[in-house]
Amino acid sequence: MTLKFEARDVSRVFGHGKKAKLAVDRVSFEIKDREIVSLVGQSGCGKTVLSKLLLRIDAPSSGELCFNGQPMARIADPRQHFRKVQAVFQDPFSAFNQFFTIRSQLESCFHLFEPKPSKAEIAERVDAALLNVNIKPREIDGKFPFELSGGQMQRMLLARIFIIRPEVLIADEPTSMVDACSRASILDYLMKLKTELSMTIVFVTHDVGLACYVSDTIFIMHQGQIVERGSPERVTGAPQSPITRQLLDDIPDVHRDWLERDVHRSAPAS
Amino acid sequence: MTAAQVNVTAPILEVEKLRVHYLTRFGTRVQAVDDVSFQLREGEILGIAGESGCGKTTLVSGCMGLFIPPLYHSSGDVRILGQSIVGMSREQIRRDVLGRQIAMIPQGALNSLNPTRRIKDLATDMIVSHDDRAGKREIYERLRERFERIGLDAKRVLNAFPVELPAGTKQRVVIGISTLLNPKLVVADEPTSALDVSTQKSVIRLLFDLMDRGIISSMLFITHELPLLRHVSSSIAVMYAGEFVEYGSTEQVIFDGQQPYTRALMGSMLSAEPGQRGKKPVAIEGAPPDLKNVIVGCRFAERCPSVRPDCSQKQQQLRTVQLRQVRCQYA
Repeated sequence: MTLKFEARDVSRVFGHGKKAKLAVDRVSFEIKDREIVSLVGQSGCGKTVLSKLLLRIDAPSSGELCFNGQPMARIADPRQHFRKVQAVFQDPFSAFNQFFTIRSQLESCFHLFEPKPSKAEIAERVDAALLNVNIKPREIDGKFPFELSGGQMQRMLLARIFIIRPEVLIADEPTSMVDACSRASILDYLMKLKTELSMTIVFVTHDVGLACYVSDTIFIMHQGQIVERGSPERVTGAPQSPITRQLLDDIPDVHRDWLERDVHRSAPAS
Repeated sequence: MTAAQVNVTAPILEVEKLRVHYLTRFGTRVQAVDDVSFQLREGEILGIAGESGCGKTTLVSGCMGLFIPPLYHSSGDVRILGQSIVGMSREQIRRDVLGRQIAMIPQGALNSLNPTRRIKDLATDMIVSHDDRAGKREIYERLRERFERIGLDAKRVLNAFPVELPAGTKQRVVIGISTLLNPKLVVADEPTSALDVSTQKSVIRLLFDLMDRGIISSMLFITHELPLLRHVSSSIAVMYAGEFVEYGSTEQVIFDGQQPYTRALMGSMLSAEPGQRGKKPVAIEGAPPDLKNVIVGCRFAERCPSVRPDCSQKQQQLRTVQLRQVRCQYA
């Protein structure tokens, strides 16, 4: 199997001197083709910084990061990289421009393509992508981002991915702004991207439960380092690191005592 | 606090057949909360669960008497400690009810602190607006004592600007400020949805701690995470399209939901238990009905997996099934 990403001792430092903060601390990993990898950790553990490095929005301070076997630092035109690696972010509303219709913004994705397809073809491909995320194309005609709900907007971001069809998708907490019922459908679309478009997905989240459901490999991050890695069964079944155990404990699960405390229960409401 | 004690005291919050609507400037009327009744007694935590847009936050505004256009009160009553707040002026509510009797932890709590002012100034405002005789020194001491009690490094936090604090601390500060005047009831509107799982746990612990110390005595907890409510609340109301569809004790609703929507909501939850991988959460397809239109019959009928032909013809009423209230004729 070929490797999509390969990182060797990658670090990212913010600030310098005494105030230097290691956001990503000598991390090495491999991400295989068509694999779903989850980066899991608390806020501030460096998972977003690491995903920005993979997106080439930011460059590592030291170490080497390769994409498809090529060192990423040597890619001259970032557009080339953006064509192959795309992202879905946490807040879909800030990812879209409020002043343009959604449709025109989806059509603008085609700037990444050389040569740009004809107008008719663009319209056709946008429609097809919308159908992929279960939205009737006519439903969003002439609509602006603020007219749709959070769940719908998150699906618009995914529609963009269906249009661009990158090799790698980096999903940074795509489910944290949508409610629990839309969460399942967002995860379903991620699985669909993997199986139908054979995409490699890097899924960033703080919830081991979600990671467990979608991924082939889980990386647990803490203070810039990967403290544990393995298959979801291994990580949740036999966690080695105390950090992993902590993360598992903190998920409110219905069948387990979560607060270790006697929640006072009163009589039924009626 | 035991269940026996709880039942003899008078309800802190009483909502009776509350209906609330929005009126757009084009004259469209949206009935956002329809026929909601519940009581909240001392020591009780009521969890309200539902999808986004089901009217949870609107219900909260209604409970606090904040009818700020385009939100209007249509009918029904809200009583706090036996006193109706529906007819009160906004000024009176702000002075007498908010902060003292009900405090709110807003949804976007992390963005609700003014970034240009220090925490101590924001907290001082809260005290001064209800007690203008307090001296500066005295207020500061009060703040320090309270902040220390909720486990914050009071000196550092009080002198900090909001941006200097991490999300979990900011959430603690917001909780600290809203409960400064020892309110009877705290309304927490998705207090943890912007936090990671570990911070979420510590915030919930803080809220329980405040209850144990008697600083607050009951809570209305709003969220879309049913598994979280299992650990937090004593009773749960599931809301859909502005109505309560099921209202009962936590165990009943979580483990033995009778309304199809409750079950669908539970089915869409994920779990991280080993061996649960591959157990697929089921998304609820479709969208809730548009409340601009008058809806006849069951509001969930369109998306209901066990819908029957006459569901969309008959208006559904809340009725008692196995000790809890359910809005479904076939439950």
